[in-house]
Amino acid sequence: MTEEKILLDHGSGGKASHALFSDMILPLFENSELSKQDDGAILTVDGTRLAFSTDSYVVDPIFFPGGNIGDLAINGTINDISMCGAIPQFISVGLIIEEGLPIKDFQRILEAMATAAKKAGVKIVTGDTKVVPKGKADKIFINTSGIGIIPPDVNVSGSNAKPGDKIIVSGTIADHGITVLSSREGLKFDSDIKTDSAPLNKMVQSIIQSDCDIHVLRDPTRGGLGTTLNEIAAQSNVGITIEESFLPIRGPVQGICELLGFDPLYIANEGKVIAFVPQKDAQKVLEIIQQDEFGKDAVIIGEVIEKDPGKVFLQTVIGGVRIIDMLTGEQLPRIC
Amino acid sequence: MALKYIEEYRDGSLARDLVKKIHSVSKKDLRLMEVCGTHTMSIFRHGIRSVLPRGVTLLSGPGCPVCVTAQKDIDAFVEFARVKNVIVTTFGDLIRVPGSSSSLGKEKADGADVRIVYSVFDAVNIARENKDKEVVFCGVGFETTIPTIAASILMGIEGKVDNFSIYSANKLTPPALAALMETDGVEIDGFMLPGHVSVITGTDAYRDTFEKYNIPAVIAGFEPIDILQAILLLIQQNEAGRPALENAYPRAVSDAGNIKAKQIMHQIFEVCNASWRGIGEISSSGMALKKEYQKFDAAIKFGMDMPDTPEPKGCACGEILMGLKTPEECLLYKKKCTPMTPVGPCMVSSEGSCAAFYRYS
Repeated sequence: MTEEKILLDHGSGGKASHALFSDMILPLFENSELSKQDDGAILTVDGTRLAFSTDSYVVDPIFFPGGNIGDLAINGTINDISMCGAIPQFISVGLIIEEGLPIKDFQRILEAMATAAKKAGVKIVTGDTKVVPKGKADKIFINTSGIGIIPPDVNVSGSNAKPGDKIIVSGTIADHGITVLSSREGLKFDSDIKTDSAPLNKMVQSIIQSDCDIHVLRDPTRGGLGTTLNEIAAQSNVGITIEESFLPIRGPVQGICELLGFDPLYIANEGKVIAFVPQKDAQKVLEIIQQDEFGKDAVIIGEVIEKDPGKVFLQTVIGGVRIIDMLTGEQLPRIC
Repeated sequence: MALKYIEEYRDGSLARDLVKKIHSVSKKDLRLMEVCGTHTMSIFRHGIRSVLPRGVTLLSGPGCPVCVTAQKDIDAFVEFARVKNVIVTTFGDLIRVPGSSSSLGKEKADGADVRIVYSVFDAVNIARENKDKEVVFCGVGFETTIPTIAASILMGIEGKVDNFSIYSANKLTPPALAALMETDGVEIDGFMLPGHVSVITGTDAYRDTFEKYNIPAVIAGFEPIDILQAILLLIQQNEAGRPALENAYPRAVSDAGNIKAKQIMHQIFEVCNASWRGIGEISSSGMALKKEYQKFDAAIKFGMDMPDTPEPKGCACGEILMGLKTPEECLLYKKKCTPMTPVGPCMVSSEGSCAAFYRYS
């Protein structure tokens, strides 16, 4: 870390976030569970494997098309646990509320959390509420943690990708980030896009309960698909190649990205899974995902290669090739 | 939102045909320069370099407005952020550009009121909503941006918004091309001219430069088909030994350009000399507010006159912008200078050539 202060970049989910974790957090907390750097920690208690994960939500605005900070916070943790191959069971909720938040807004957020938990079949079992003076937080911040049980024989991790694996993405990318961005003050787009925030636990259960081999499951949230693929390439020490023409992107999302100079590969998703599956099982897993209510647009976007470990390549529509690096800094709009 | 225009100009089979044609006509080694950051990004994003003949080199010229902004202007932006009761408004790319001692991003982390806007009109609105504060807009742009900044001044006059001002580090494209051609050691076999800028200036704006230097020049759009087509035309002109000024973006660019935008621009601004990062002063390449609009000039309003400061030691941004070096030939590249810890603006701006090299190659 060369910076003297925390900058917004450190929260982008890209390179600066990774540096913050590797240079400052990991050395002080180091243990075998944390070092794995998966979406959640895998813990064994009396022979039962548990997945344990936590996440904080500070989205602005707190209400956006298709959801709000409440269901986002529940779905996010459900998904982090699911990506460990676990069945999420219990969730905790920590609320940090700014003085002055309208009660009706708070009610809406709580209702969204309750509905999301019910839909996913998880229980909110403990929590905490704090209120801070006006201006000391922005409306509401939410932390959720969760625990899930990993069925026997399930072994998924970002470090399990193998050459030849096919890479499946469960639907269109960049929906969430673009929805939130275009809900912000100062940006008015007339479009029908909405967040993809959704619980993926049932989809994941269908996959892991099938007789197919699953090597990696990951939800490409902050930092987007591009950053997540880089993380997996590094963790598994393999190369990855994906086809630009296979990437599922909604027209309006693509349009807003073009207008603002954003690359959809680096925009957050909140209801998508990336699955790395051996070629022999790829088609079957794809079909299972497509049968789920949140996986209708699932496609195979590429594969794992042996050469160039740690690198991710994009075969472009025109027949060219380029590297996809990890996100550096927050994505910024173009200037001319 | 219909995006057919994108799909048509990203057609894979059409692109492959163009690539084949390029390979069949290309004989000589050529150095072609694009002078627009959006071209630079598009070339990398679509992997265009990877499909060209080995002998064709693409150079990224002074086409990213952030990259050509002089150190003293960046220092001025930082200084505005330090003034009490000032809200600095800027396009996002400037936030992380390091000045001599700080950046707008660092000042923001220290509590300065720095806001990213997507349009200069948002800055005027921020001024309207914050009457007890002064709002300064960091004017960094080419002919594409300057007319909107001029319009914001008119908006300020009409709405009697007295607490709004701009710092103009705006620049003009054709004088930079001429300056490049006059620089010793610069070897360029053709220019890919900027599509967006040309929408405003029109093809005619380049005629003097073209006639003086007789160098192949093609105005290009930004989709891969547009860029491949422009590269093909530049190669054909070179192979035939017949330089020409061609417009390969006629769906957006006319000979005369956008007359109304140019009128507004020249109503508010007048041509002045300007400092370009790494290149130095280029005469008649900047745009300053005319005398009658000086109450909107942040430099005058705040008495801001930052000293010329040397660019960071070892930073080759200037030579890279002139095609004299590639980013990989800069001693700082990927070592001291990365997008995380940028030394020069070519590494910060999303349209900078160093950032594009770093990210995509």
